[in-house]
Amino acid sequence: MPLLDVRHLVKHFVRTHGLFQPPSVVRAVDDVSFSIDEGEMFGLVGESGSGKSTTGRCILRLVEPSSGDVLFRDENVLQFSRARMRLARRDMQIVFQDPYSSLNPRMRVGDIVEEPLVIHKLGDKSARRQRVQELFELVGLEPTHLARYPHEFSGGQRQRIGIARALALNPALIVADEAVSALDVSIQAQVVRLLIDLQERLKLTYLFIAHDLRLVEDICSRVAVMYLGKIVELADTTRLFAAPRHPYTQALLSAVPMLDPDAPRQRIELDPASFDRNAPLREIEPAHWAAV
Amino acid sequence: MNLLEVRNLTVTFGAVTAVDNVSFQIAPGETLGVVGESGSGKSVTAFSILRLVQPPGRITRGSIVFEGHDLLTLSEREMRQIRGARISLIFQEPMTALNPVMRVGDQIAEALTVHGMASRTEARQRAAELLDAVRIPDAARRARDYPHQLSGGMRQRVMIAIALACRPPLIIADEPTTALDVTIQAQVLDLLRELKARFNLALLLITHDFGVVAEMADRVAVMYRGRIVEEGPVRPILRSPVHEYTQNLLAAVPGKHT
Repeated sequence: MPLLDVRHLVKHFVRTHGLFQPPSVVRAVDDVSFSIDEGEMFGLVGESGSGKSTTGRCILRLVEPSSGDVLFRDENVLQFSRARMRLARRDMQIVFQDPYSSLNPRMRVGDIVEEPLVIHKLGDKSARRQRVQELFELVGLEPTHLARYPHEFSGGQRQRIGIARALALNPALIVADEAVSALDVSIQAQVVRLLIDLQERLKLTYLFIAHDLRLVEDICSRVAVMYLGKIVELADTTRLFAAPRHPYTQALLSAVPMLDPDAPRQRIELDPASFDRNAPLREIEPAHWAAV
Repeated sequence: MNLLEVRNLTVTFGAVTAVDNVSFQIAPGETLGVVGESGSGKSVTAFSILRLVQPPGRITRGSIVFEGHDLLTLSEREMRQIRGARISLIFQEPMTALNPVMRVGDQIAEALTVHGMASRTEARQRAAELLDAVRIPDAARRARDYPHQLSGGMRQRVMIAIALACRPPLIIADEPTTALDVTIQAQVLDLLRELKARFNLALLLITHDFGVVAEMADRVAVMYRGRIVEEGPVRPILRSPVHEYTQNLLAAVPGKHT
């Protein structure tokens, strides 16, 4: 049984254009299905506007989906009441991209990490403080820095604070939405190592949303490629990178700059007329799905 | 002879030395990639060449010899004749670098008229040709668009058209594709490469991405804390970096290392 099973997820945004014009519908997430096993690092990649972030937010109901099912441990979270959903969020947490805007600048970082425990009324003051200390150590921050404010930390350290906050309630699933994209490459490597380390130590499951294909290739076991609201290809990472089948995946992979100046470069331009946007995902070989 | 020779450049911001005794040169038609992380001094170096460092930043030492003249000794008026005409700049964020209330064709034409390179009617004509050169389809019509009507990739092409307008021998590109999606980045890099060959442009490419350097540069300078820690032809540096910082930086780059 997968930990998370997303079925036919749809999110439409309706845009109004004034009194005399009909509203238009943006299909941000357009019939997306995938599942993530316990302990897996699952990559969701795509370019701006592909719907990858909206998908992540729909799963946590930070954005209310238009239709579909999100099964977490076999229960449909989209049918949860508000109270039940709040409980479910202990198990499902998110780490955001921007370590500058996602931390309240007027709160001490210790309080930021403690806040989820306060909201969920877990433990007394001293037990919570104890837990915050543990979390700081877990993500590699100095517990003596608890009383500092976010601006006193670097981007990488702030991202660790965001991770500590996400871990406070002992979640099973973390949605990492471009969690390391804003960081310099050497800092990024450290935070990625932390995420992998936590995955092993705490048996965490990740939905790793990213636009950096090289990074996803490094750390994810399976990957889904989104294009204009749909998953166009889904497979084991090795398989997908070695033998992409969908024209969009092929174009995307061929665009990634490579470190070897002598590597053969064959840019594949995407011809939108070369494929059917509405083709369903089908299993072209075992565990390799493509909308071709 | 080198087109640009930077010698012992030092730039300070109060007590902080942002660029520390940096020297490099660029030959005509050559691409030098300057790589580094945030705060390494790579952008300040680029801005210093055009003398665009804002106070409290100050160039305290060094020389910047371009086409035989030390730019640091020129008057502000002489400097204005260099900027945009002999050395132009492409920024990371085209939306903030372009004027939002001016048609893109007029912005390209302005680059020509400001430097007295063309009359207004000629400049209009050239603007359409330049948009065509940067592969913007239906250039004559697109020239009448405002920046917000264009996609990010198209805006960056407009920036490149403006940079090219006066046919400068040197373009400084500061993270020109960082804000773009990877497929659009590939198109813009391909375009830059094509234009470089066509106009024999030298390019000073500032980037944090070793992949972009591998694709574009002839030589690379790695900056760390205001200094160039390693410099040389791209292949040996990517294959067997000597400086420890370069080694660590390359090891941190995600993706399969072959």
